[in-house]
Amino acid sequence: MSLVLLYALAGVALFCLGLYALIAHAHPLRKTLAINIMGSGIFLLLVAVARRSPGPMPDPVPHAMVLTGIVVTVSATALLLALARRVHTETGQASLPEDSLE
Amino acid sequence: MIDPGRSATRFGFARLVLVLFSLVLALSLGVAVLSLPLTSVGLADSVQAKVPQSGVTNPVTAVLLNFRGYDTLLEVGVLLLAVVGLRSLRRPHEEQSLSMAAPGPILLALVRLLVPVMVLVAGYLLWMGAHAPGGAFQSGAVLGAAAVLVLLSGLPLASWFHGWPFRAVLVIGFALFLAVGVGAMVAGGRFLEYPREWAGSLILLVEAALTLSIGCILAALFVGISIVPNGANRTREHP
Repeated sequence: MSLVLLYALAGVALFCLGLYALIAHAHPLRKTLAINIMGSGIFLLLVAVARRSPGPMPDPVPHAMVLTGIVVTVSATALLLALARRVHTETGQASLPEDSLE
Repeated sequence: MIDPGRSATRFGFARLVLVLFSLVLALSLGVAVLSLPLTSVGLADSVQAKVPQSGVTNPVTAVLLNFRGYDTLLEVGVLLLAVVGLRSLRRPHEEQSLSMAAPGPILLALVRLLVPVMVLVAGYLLWMGAHAPGGAFQSGAVLGAAAVLVLLSGLPLASWFHGWPFRAVLVIGFALFLAVGVGAMVAGGRFLEYPREWAGSLILLVEAALTLSIGCILAALFVGISIVPNGANRTREHP
């Protein structure tokens, strides 16, 4: 298996692990970490796909997309942390109240 | 995390469905990745052909600041949106204080050694962005990290983060980038189409303003998260 395939499949695995954790955990801090891991998986996939170009230089457009993605992830994480903090200040609990379906 | 009132079998069934869904998604994405060709030129040749006209010699900087400059402009807009959202989550008329423990001597010595070097590295990365990996976002991140280090060591930097001068610095990166784009339109081209002979200088100017802006935005994000509202954490505050 080539190195490109290894990194691309690792990116896919990280994405799916993060998606599972995003849905399965209730604490907003864990959800934020899960979103970060999903983002890291996608960046790994993009960089691996960029490495497929035959010359010495990898494809620079996915690299620019990853730079943009990292900055957007940082902004979203900051906003999520502030929201979690505000929820904690207002309600005293760490996460939103569960719906009662049963 | 697990509500004790919920029945175990129902919760277990939902968890199993979620695991199966994630596995199916992972397998289908894996199959999609495996079906990609191992060698593909992509956009590398097209970018390499146009880099000499872009004003810089590093292809990633050329893509980021010139060929896809609109993405970068909106990305700085996203950063500003995060700061605005953070500020709006503060309750009004609330006394703000950063609750920090007293810094130890090692932290203070580290700050005094590292922060000037970090500011220098930020300037170096900004300059190197034209012909090596570097540029506005990398040096802005180093500046933001230097500001966070100073804030964590208890030195009185948080008082700078209020008022109109600070807001002007937050906005100047986006404003200058937008002004350059509209100016290019006024000078006869399309939006963000730099004139060929000015492209290098314009990119450097925009990157300098972006560096300052991004460093201050990252520091403001940190300050906004760690502000302790009046009345909370009273027992843990140090006198």
